[in-house]
Amino acid sequence: MFELSELWPPIRLTLTLAAIATVTLLIVGTPIAWWLARSKAKWKEAVATVVALPLVLPPTVIGFYLLIFLGPNGPGGAIAGLWGGRTLAFTFEALILGSVLYSMPFVVQPIRNAFEAFGERPLEAAATLRATPWNTFWTVAVPLARPGFMTGAVLGFAHTVGEFGVVLMIGGNIPGQTKVLSIAIYDYVETLRWAQAHILAGGMLIFAFVVILSMLVLEKRIGKLKQ
Amino acid sequence: MNVDPVIAARFAGTLGAFDIDVTINAPMQGVTALFGPSGCGKTTILRCIAGLQRLPGTLSVGGEVWQDEALGLFRPPHERPVGYVFQEASLFAHLSVRANLLFGHARAMKAGAREVIRLDDVVELLGIGHLLDRAPGNLSGGERQRVAVGRALLSQPRLLLMDEPLSALDRITKDEILPYFEALHENLSIPVIYVSHDITEIERLADRLVLLERGRVLANGLLSDLEADPALPLVHAPEAAVILEGTVATIDEAYGLTTVSVAGGAVVVPGRRGPVGAARRLRIGASDVSFIREQPTATTILNCLPVEILSVTPQDGAAIQMNIVARLSNDKSGARIVARVTRKSQEVLGLAPGVRVFAQIKSVALIAGATGRPDRS
Repeated sequence: MFELSELWPPIRLTLTLAAIATVTLLIVGTPIAWWLARSKAKWKEAVATVVALPLVLPPTVIGFYLLIFLGPNGPGGAIAGLWGGRTLAFTFEALILGSVLYSMPFVVQPIRNAFEAFGERPLEAAATLRATPWNTFWTVAVPLARPGFMTGAVLGFAHTVGEFGVVLMIGGNIPGQTKVLSIAIYDYVETLRWAQAHILAGGMLIFAFVVILSMLVLEKRIGKLKQ
Repeated sequence: MNVDPVIAARFAGTLGAFDIDVTINAPMQGVTALFGPSGCGKTTILRCIAGLQRLPGTLSVGGEVWQDEALGLFRPPHERPVGYVFQEASLFAHLSVRANLLFGHARAMKAGAREVIRLDDVVELLGIGHLLDRAPGNLSGGERQRVAVGRALLSQPRLLLMDEPLSALDRITKDEILPYFEALHENLSIPVIYVSHDITEIERLADRLVLLERGRVLANGLLSDLEADPALPLVHAPEAAVILEGTVATIDEAYGLTTVSVAGGAVVVPGRRGPVGAARRLRIGASDVSFIREQPTATTILNCLPVEILSVTPQDGAAIQMNIVARLSNDKSGARIVARVTRKSQEVLGLAPGVRVFAQIKSVALIAGATGRPDRS
């Protein structure tokens, strides 16, 4: 038999990664979503398309380009050279970057939709009530878009937990550093350790179910509050 | 630079399908209505005054320059002390009624405004005390609009802008909310610019009128003057009427009649509408006025006043009906009334400019509670 504690490091690593990625996604994704919702620029849909690319692209494609970008011959290698390293690939930081890019559309889209849903009017009303644009953003736009933020955060977190292809390409399988849950399951199956694979896979299944269910319930409750 | 305490606006520019070129001057008191058909640009002008939209031009309010294109000066909306009431109340859905009311108040105070209007005043004036802890989603249309007015007032505006605040409401709700607006008019000294395409609202609330048509100003002046100007479309409107400002002179307790004195005469209205000396606003519809050459000795019509005919213009192309503007008494300052008669009657009586006859007024509406304070200076 095996020690249950051997399952813990990939779980902890995955949760840490997802938490950091989600926070980063909210910080980076919110201004992008705001711009996409408010800008009148003709080329904004081109930007929206770039953000949405991970929806369609195989994760290995994103992983491949990231690998080149972060590797010894890319800008990542040059940056790593500053402290005597060779590459930025196969590090936890690389996983964060990959996760943020890969989960971006799942965070930006719901927040953008929420920003678009309330239209110009509340912002105009706030402006006539002496609120600066910055103040309006925090005290009117963000609270009104709260359901979008919740959906975006949950989807971003869950999607990062579930990613596999990107991690495989740029993270490898370094225990405690890049060996996340999905990689661990893959690893256990490859080495025929079915019991461990069962526990992790089953846990993921329950996790996914709980996430989606709670989101649906939450959305319904918010919908009711609004009436 | 304009340092008069007035609102002076000039906007000129293209907006979608048509050009706007308007110059509007209004005093820093009373209600100035922007009136015209849909699409005449009245809402655009209001938005330009608030800074929500930008057209080339100049704007100064009470001696402060808010916009001057030549100097590249344009104050953003949050730096203009205006209260804006939108067609739909546009309350913040995530805040309680109280928090909505205080939204602008808190920010105005932080910006150094002097507290002229307090929460308690607004709550009492608009009758919204029982709503304070509710969510905007649970209010009726009329309640929402009252809260929106309160919210705008609490931001301590120097100028209140109202963009068809009643047009999204049904007739009954409108009648319910109008008295509150009239109370504002009586109790606050904030100048109001009121956009509407409904003349009956304007007759109840406005002192001055800016008549707009396809991005141009047709006329700008006192409501009572413009309504009786045969060169303007108001005289020819199906519901043509005039507003007379007056004060209660006497009350006949036995018969329950109130005499209101107006410029150049006195008019009797049913009901005890005192107290004596109170300001009252009357409305006389053009179709309620008829003429008679000699003063009748026996008639059921209470109001029969000597008038002088000022103008006679055809109502329509076929000239079946004529619109007649007449002045009460022969005094130059006499109030003017409008009458609609058939051309046959007009010719039989020989009604022409300069002719003196008597006007019989079948009914006079005392516009409920309203006390107009037109600026005649």
